[in-house]
Amino acid sequence: MAEVRAEMVANVWKVVAAEGDHVDDGDTLVILESMKMEIPVLAEGPGVVTKLHVAEGDVIQEGDLIAIIS
Amino acid sequence: MFDSVLVANRGEIAWRVIRTARRMGIRTVAVYSHADADLPYVREADEAVHIGPAPPAHSYLDAAAILDAARKTGALAVHPGYGFLAESADFARQVVAAGLIWVGPDPAAIEQMGDKIRARNLMERAGVPVSPGSREPASDVTAALAEAGRVGYPVMVKAAAGGGGIGMGVAQDQAGLRSAFETARSRAERFFGSPEILIERYVERAHHVEVQILGLADGRVLALGERDCSVQRRHQKVAEESPAPGVPAELRQRMLAAAVLAGQAVGYRGAGTVECLVDADTGSFVFLEMNTRLQVEHPVTELVTGIDLVEQQFLIAAGEPPSFDAAAVRPSGHALELRVYAEDPIRFLPRPGTITEWEEPAGEGVRVDAGYQAGNTVTPFYDPLLAKLCVHGADRDQALARARQAVAAFRIVGLKTNLAFHADLLASTEFVSGSYDTSLVSKLRPT
Repeated sequence: MAEVRAEMVANVWKVVAAEGDHVDDGDTLVILESMKMEIPVLAEGPGVVTKLHVAEGDVIQEGDLIAIIS
Repeated sequence: MFDSVLVANRGEIAWRVIRTARRMGIRTVAVYSHADADLPYVREADEAVHIGPAPPAHSYLDAAAILDAARKTGALAVHPGYGFLAESADFARQVVAAGLIWVGPDPAAIEQMGDKIRARNLMERAGVPVSPGSREPASDVTAALAEAGRVGYPVMVKAAAGGGGIGMGVAQDQAGLRSAFETARSRAERFFGSPEILIERYVERAHHVEVQILGLADGRVLALGERDCSVQRRHQKVAEESPAPGVPAELRQRMLAAAVLAGQAVGYRGAGTVECLVDADTGSFVFLEMNTRLQVEHPVTELVTGIDLVEQQFLIAAGEPPSFDAAAVRPSGHALELRVYAEDPIRFLPRPGTITEWEEPAGEGVRVDAGYQAGNTVTPFYDPLLAKLCVHGADRDQALARARQAVAAFRIVGLKTNLAFHADLLASTEFVSGSYDTSLVSKLRPT
């Protein structure tokens, strides 16, 4: 099980993956937006997205849980 | 001269405009979003009006809220700074329609230059060199491929209505173009509300050099020297200097003359910037775009000319002559600007956070245009610019030495900044030699 956490304070611009999706290493899970820059959050290994903790429009803090991949 | 001005912006530029207004005895009105209530510019203004929540669309881009603030406070003029509504011809027209003075060029000039394709066509007719590229927008990927085939690879793909490097991409071949086109178009629609895409020949090893122009109230257009802006990451500037070290005198004269032609072609009034790409190998240059507003890096020009550009903006907007003798402008010494961003100094990713300590460098030739101070929170809603660290020296060596000292003395604690990158930049052989181009940052930070 891998926890994907936010590297920085950001707004969630787009949620690309859905719960139940199979993802590969490097697949985009969500796209964050901070300081006029879009920052894709990528899966760091293959697995299934078992939980998505963010929705589009959320403001997240550094360290916040974004998704769980099992 | 009008006796009051509303500054329709935030952060360092709002504070910088307020400083000059105050020196000239003009009453200042700041506007601020919920996220910016504690920033220094809000306190420094004579009056401040809360105009909405943090997202720009509901505050700094809300023309009605800004005009309402002007009405309530009795401000007679509006200075837009840069970004946000500064290059909105529509907002400029609304300001004028409300009976206020717009501190900027005629809305028609903003409109002509805001569309990069129209601007290129206009410049070509005025005798300003442009690179091979679109004369009309590429409406779909097929049109883009045809256009790129005509122009020749590599090509630059960008939003016709865009700015700030957003959505810009380089394509080396057809496959690259397909992907760059899709990226540029989605960004263009999202950020600039227009899907129009421009394709132009990409100059691989270019100097990004721009000319500061000033259109006077009597119709004359002056060129106040150039700035080299080749130190860029993600097509966004990080450091600028004047004079441009890689530009010989003869080329400089040709660029300044072309910039004057560009300004005259649109009847330009006020401060504007003509951006060019210089091919170092051939000594040729092409028009890139014109920014119809005060530029972020304007202090570089102020330091070498001794001219306060915001003061000239106010005088010109009021229909008055400039404060200096146009025939006697003599740039002196060398100036650098280092943009201090809230971002990590390696990958340049945004790092919002709370500033716990903030200590600015001082000393001879050092100027800091800051947007923040200790205790402020830097939010993810706006660009990452914390401050502009500017230095002036009798020559480039002295300016570099002062910049190194100033970077080392600038203390910002609580969030990550790119100050460590600036220290590396100022120590790099290539930057110090002066013969660098737009590929410099990628060499200093190979991915």
